[in-house]
Amino acid sequence: MSAELKRRKAVQEDAVAQYERMIEIREFEEQINGLFAAGSIRGTTHLCLGQEALAVGLASVLRPTDIVSATYRGHGIALALGLSPEAVLGEIMGKTIGCCGGVGGSMHLSNMELGLLPTSAIIGGGMPVAAGAALSFQVRKTDDVAVAVFGDGATNIGAFHETLNLAAIWNLPVIFICDNNVYGEYSRINLTTPLEDLHMRADSYKMPHFSLDGMDIGAVQKGVTEAVNRARSGGGPTLIEAKTYRFAGHSRADQALYRPEGELEKWQKRDPIKVTEESLVASGALNADKIAKIKSDMKTTIEKVVATCQASPEPSLASMFQNIFTPAKVGR
Amino acid sequence: MGTTTPMRFRQAIVSALADEMRADSTVMLFGEDVAEAEGPFKTSEGLLTEFGPLRIRDTPISEMGFTGAAVGAAIMGMKPVVEIMFMEFLGVALDQLVTEAAKMRYLSNGKLSVPMVVRASVGSGLGFGCQHSQTLENWVAATPGLKVVCPSDAQAAYSLMRASIQDPDPVMILEPRILYAERGDVDTSLVLPIGKARVLRKGSDITVVALGQMVNVSRSAIEKSGLDVELIDLATVVPWDRETVLTSVKKTGRLVVVEEAPKSGGWGSEIVAAATSELFSQLKGAPFRITTPDVPVPYSGVLEARFVPTADDVARQLTESLKSGTTPKSWWELEGLK
Repeated sequence: MSAELKRRKAVQEDAVAQYERMIEIREFEEQINGLFAAGSIRGTTHLCLGQEALAVGLASVLRPTDIVSATYRGHGIALALGLSPEAVLGEIMGKTIGCCGGVGGSMHLSNMELGLLPTSAIIGGGMPVAAGAALSFQVRKTDDVAVAVFGDGATNIGAFHETLNLAAIWNLPVIFICDNNVYGEYSRINLTTPLEDLHMRADSYKMPHFSLDGMDIGAVQKGVTEAVNRARSGGGPTLIEAKTYRFAGHSRADQALYRPEGELEKWQKRDPIKVTEESLVASGALNADKIAKIKSDMKTTIEKVVATCQASPEPSLASMFQNIFTPAKVGR
Repeated sequence: MGTTTPMRFRQAIVSALADEMRADSTVMLFGEDVAEAEGPFKTSEGLLTEFGPLRIRDTPISEMGFTGAAVGAAIMGMKPVVEIMFMEFLGVALDQLVTEAAKMRYLSNGKLSVPMVVRASVGSGLGFGCQHSQTLENWVAATPGLKVVCPSDAQAAYSLMRASIQDPDPVMILEPRILYAERGDVDTSLVLPIGKARVLRKGSDITVVALGQMVNVSRSAIEKSGLDVELIDLATVVPWDRETVLTSVKKTGRLVVVEEAPKSGGWGSEIVAAATSELFSQLKGAPFRITTPDVPVPYSGVLEARFVPTADDVARQLTESLKSGTTPKSWWELEGLK
C-alpha cells in the first residue's frame, strides 16, 4: 500500500486521525500566504480555512475507488483524501515533487489512486465530469460512486443545472456537494442568488436534497453516508448543501473587506477545529495536553514539508512537452 | 481483407459505430435524439435495437452536461461518442472539450487518458442559415490535447470514425452535413490513421489541399481546368500531415488550399505559412488560399451557392495562377465587393 493510501486509510478509521488531518490542513493553509510573500508561490491560491470539516468528513466516508471532482479551492480536499503535503505544496510551488510535476499549480491537484480527478479552475467545470464517472460506474455495474464538490457560486452556472438534470433522468450514482461558504468570489450569496437554501434547487430535478452543518465533521459524515448509501444501492443522486464559511478572502489578493462586521467572528465561534476538539475531549479521546502536542508536532511537520518543497528541483524544459497526448498505439 | 460495399456517407458512420461497439463493449453513444429517433441525420440507425439503452442514450438538450459526462466516462474506462447535432451547439459545451477533456492528461501528470469522440455535423449548402451552417474547425484547431478530423467521403467517414474511437485521446470529428447522402465504396478493412492525409490524385503542376466538402469541389475544379494537379484530402486538421503536404509541394512548387471557412483565421493559413517558410526557395509561385468571404453563411440559395468556393471559381483561380504566376483575386474582389 502506498504511503498516500495509508494516509487515506487513517482518516477512514480513526477520529483522532481525522482531527489531525484537519489540523494539517489548517497549518498548511496558514503557511501559504507567507510563502507567497517570500516569492515561493506565484499566480494565485484559494484557501479553505474554515472548511476543513467538510474535506475530512468526506474523505473519511468515501472509498479510494470512488471518484471526486473538486475545485480550485482544493488544497484541503486533496490533503484529506490522502495526497501528501509535499505533493500538494510542491505543486503549489511549481516544483517537480508536486503531484503534477509543477506544470499544474495550486488550482490543479490530482491523484487517481485516491480517486481525485484533476481539480478544475472553471466554476462548475467538474460537475458534468463527475456525472460521467458515475455513468461509467453504472454501465460497468460497479458500486462505486462519484462526488462533485463545488461552491455556492456554481449553483448559478449552466453546468450545475444540466448536470443535475442529466444525473436525475439517468439515475446516476453521484453525490453533489455544494460547499456553501457564503461568498462567490467577492460577492455575498444574497447579492447573486434569490434563495438562501441552495439545496432546494434539487426539487426541480426531483432529486433528494438536504443541508448539513459543514462546520461539524460528525454532521458531514452522517449526511454524506446517507447519500453515498443511496447512490451505491442504485437509488440515484443527491444534492447536499454543506453550510460552511470561508475564513479567508476569495484568493490571494482579496482581503474580504466586503464582509459585514462581526460575520467572520460569529462563524469563528463555530470553527470546525474547535467543534471537533470539543467533541473529542467530551468522548475522552483527547485532552488539552494531547491537543497542544498534535498542534506543535504538526507545525514541525509542515515546516519540514516547506523545506522539502523548497529544495525540490524546478521542472525541466522537456516537462512542458509531456502528457499532452497519450503515447501512440494504433488499433486495439 | 474486408469487404467493399457501396453505402451512403451516413451509413458508413453507422457501420463504423456498430463495428466499434461490437468489438469493444466500452464504446457507447449519446446525444440528442440519437437513440429512439436514430439520429436527426440517421447516423445511428439500428444502434439502439442492437446495443440497447445502456449504451445508446438520448440526452436532454444539454450539450455542456453530456459532453462533460463523456469526459468523466472516458476517464473512468468507457469510450463515449457524443453527437453534437450542429457544430454551432458545441459553443455552449466548449469548456468541457477545450478546457476539461484536452487538459486532463496534462493536469494528471500523464496518469489519465480521455478516449472520447465528439461528432458534429458541419458546413453550408443546405439552406440552414448562418447559425447552422458553419464549419468552425478553427474553434478547436488551436487546442493542444485535442485532435480534429474531417472526412470527405464514405470511406473516410468509416475509417476515420473507427480510428477516432480507437484513439486514446479526445478527437473531434466534423461531418460535412451535405455529404451524408453521398454514396461511396467502403472497404471496412482500410485503415486511415488520424494525422495522415490522402493523396487522391497525382499531379505535377499544382498541389491542392482541401478538406471536407471542398475535396469534391476541388476534384471537379481540377477536371474542369484540365491541369495536372495533385489533390490532397487533408482529412486531419490537427495534427495535420506535414510530410505528405510538404513532399507534394516540393514536387509541384505550387500550393493552393481550398477551405470552406472565412478568409481570416483559417487552418489553411497554417499550411500556407509552413510551406512558405520551409520551402521558400523551391516554390515556383506564391502559395494562396481559396476561402469563403469574411461573412456569415447567407440563407438565400443564390447567395449560399456563391458564398462557398465553387468548382468553376477554383478552376479559374488554378488556371490563372499557373498562367500569370500571380495570386488570383477572389470572386468578391472581382465583383468589387469589400
